[in-house]
Amino acid sequence: MSTQGSTPTPRPDWLWHVGLVGFVAVWWLVYRQLIPASDWLTALVPVDRHSHAGEAIAFFFYDVPKVMLLLTLIVFGMGVVRSFFSPERTRALLAGKREGVGNVLAAGLGVLTPFCSCSAVPLFIGLVSAGVPLGVTFSFLIAAPMVNEVALALLFGLVGWQVAVTYFAFGLGVAIVAGWVIGRLRLEGWLQDWVRDIHAGATAPGAVEDAALSLVDRYRLGIAAVREIFGRVWMWIILGIGMGALIHGYVPEALMAAVMGAEAWWSVPAAVLMGIPMYTNAAGVIPIVEALLGKGAALGTVLAFMMAVIALSLPEMIILKQVLTQRLIAVFIGVVGTGILAVGYLFNFLF
Amino acid sequence: MEIKVLGSGCAKCKATADLITRIAAETGTAVQIEKIEDMRQIVGYGVMSTPAVLVGGKVVHKGSVPSREQVLSWLT
Repeated sequence: MSTQGSTPTPRPDWLWHVGLVGFVAVWWLVYRQLIPASDWLTALVPVDRHSHAGEAIAFFFYDVPKVMLLLTLIVFGMGVVRSFFSPERTRALLAGKREGVGNVLAAGLGVLTPFCSCSAVPLFIGLVSAGVPLGVTFSFLIAAPMVNEVALALLFGLVGWQVAVTYFAFGLGVAIVAGWVIGRLRLEGWLQDWVRDIHAGATAPGAVEDAALSLVDRYRLGIAAVREIFGRVWMWIILGIGMGALIHGYVPEALMAAVMGAEAWWSVPAAVLMGIPMYTNAAGVIPIVEALLGKGAALGTVLAFMMAVIALSLPEMIILKQVLTQRLIAVFIGVVGTGILAVGYLFNFLF
Repeated sequence: MEIKVLGSGCAKCKATADLITRIAAETGTAVQIEKIEDMRQIVGYGVMSTPAVLVGGKVVHKGSVPSREQVLSWLT
């Protein structure tokens, strides 16, 4: 996916910089050629371009390469930016912050700090044990998976930058407010016992100093991020776009508008409830979202569905169960779910 | 030499342990690799991102699968 290989022989720095500029230039040229290329590919398939199947195939051939291209660039960029952050630095920044300011900062850092849901538990404990308030920790934990570069890249590419910016702003908003509310509720007693003990005897463990990285090291981290994310999400993207293509080609518009249109008030809570048990991620759900929007589903309803799928996933609950009691998880789902509902209704009202 | 790999059974943690085992076999270094999956213990080492690697009780790496060169540097 990148022009640079990773042979162990060291290359001069300038070669890396030139390589990067060259890569971005090639990327731009390829990106500009997508529509003709996808039309050409579709023309090779022996179906009528304006039939249901033709529509679905054209959608698929255009969207798959487009999304892959956007992901490569955005994930690489985010990988480089993230190399300036680490969980330890985030902890140092958040420790001793008051609620309010802390929630805003935590949500922002949630976007920028390298995060993998398999590290959610040690990260949670690391923050709580350094004296970061529970609500501030939650702001971080809500923002980190919800506002991620995969979601933003796909939204930008498939639905448009306006929706991507909206999602970004309201994703952060939900994380800040939900974290603040959870902090206000004073639920420290609802942590699992062993976590509470750590919390009570909070001592920040010794810092592991970060090695100074050169710009080339950061490029390497960016490339590693692209590899890793592609390894994880390419299947979801193809499945999601395939689903989206089917919706695009076959689902009648009147049906979708009736079920997910702004007129149907119950569609927002229904979308949130449906989203929670769904096991997919941004890569799988956004192509479906695009197709739904194209068929007349209301933006707020679709946004709520997407946020619920990404932020309130069952696997994450199972991971969090190691540190949170069931009651606290229920409050977490309740507060975040309410926030998402509010966003959904607000958008259906505004647009 | 005693090496501990910390991580609660995620794919990257397994890859880390496998990588160290393989490189140790290649270089003929005698190592004891212990995988620590219990969250309480992991947290007790002050690690915030997994997989993490401990060599002789000291955290030498965390947050990703280490590179070949890194593993080699620990084994010597």
